[in-house]
Amino acid sequence: MNDDQKHHDHDHDHEEKSPQAIRTEALESLLIEKGLLSEHAVDDVIANYAQRVGPMNGALLVARAWTDAEFKQRLLSNATQAIAEYDFQGGQVDHLVVVENTPERHNAVVCTLCSCYPWAVLGLPPKWYKDPAYRSRIVREPRALLAEMGLPLDKKIEIRVWDSSAEVRYMVLPMRPAHTEGMTQDELAALVSRDSMIGVEVLEASSRAGQPS
Amino acid sequence: MTDELESMLLDGRVEPPKANGEVIFDEPWQNRTFGMARSLCEAGYYTWDEFRACLIQQIESWQADHSEQEPYQYFDHFLAALTDLMALKGLCETRELDQRSRAFADRPHGHDH
Repeated sequence: MNDDQKHHDHDHDHEEKSPQAIRTEALESLLIEKGLLSEHAVDDVIANYAQRVGPMNGALLVARAWTDAEFKQRLLSNATQAIAEYDFQGGQVDHLVVVENTPERHNAVVCTLCSCYPWAVLGLPPKWYKDPAYRSRIVREPRALLAEMGLPLDKKIEIRVWDSSAEVRYMVLPMRPAHTEGMTQDELAALVSRDSMIGVEVLEASSRAGQPS
Repeated sequence: MTDELESMLLDGRVEPPKANGEVIFDEPWQNRTFGMARSLCEAGYYTWDEFRACLIQQIESWQADHSEQEPYQYFDHFLAALTDLMALKGLCETRELDQRSRAFADRPHGHDH
């Protein structure tokens, strides 16, 4: 690409800027001028959430709970205390409650008012989690919504929906898939999806189980 | 971070946070707004509960006049919550922000950065 083209493309990007993008830029420039914010601090926060905060942290807890009964007990009785040793970043786990799926009971998590989510263990929430449709339907008609999301549950299975409050954040401990005996914690963690920890997916005896790690 | 996790990240057994087949931020300004909101909270200008209250207010007022089926732009509400909170805390007046936004929108192309 020659310089002219580069210049043109660069200008073009700016012509496309939405009012929200401009307002964000204006806000940042004002807050920097006022000494409330540094560009560097915002970059650091963004990099941290992109690289270190995510569902791999929750997956690690799930895999450990599957293989370590004592840890599982601690996780279910006081998750915030149980995960303290990990030093996960991202926050929103000061009052973390982990709810266990069983053959009789399936759990799902929602924030009916906005978008509360245990960032330190699940990362930032996916778009659908924040949508009005999920937030109201998972409470009103969980069985129908889960089926639409690819999780038809037997009528005999009770569904419990946990609504985040100002303090409490929830995470689901999914059931361990079949045919995973003898796998290490690392191998198990790689099977755990984000959606299974929100409770909109159950882990099947995974095809990934046979893959070399 | 544990060594265990580090090694899993390095050899790609664990997907990065955004790689669940869905994008968390559709546009760079959304990521930037989220970064600002967290930075200001971490710097102690407000608690996340205070931010949450502004966000809930924004979302509730939108939902009062719109149905579940209408397109929902979560980060529009997130940005509005942040600007509300800045005004509420006396840290940045809405009028000042409006002026700066207009000035940025009026910049001639090619001179806007």
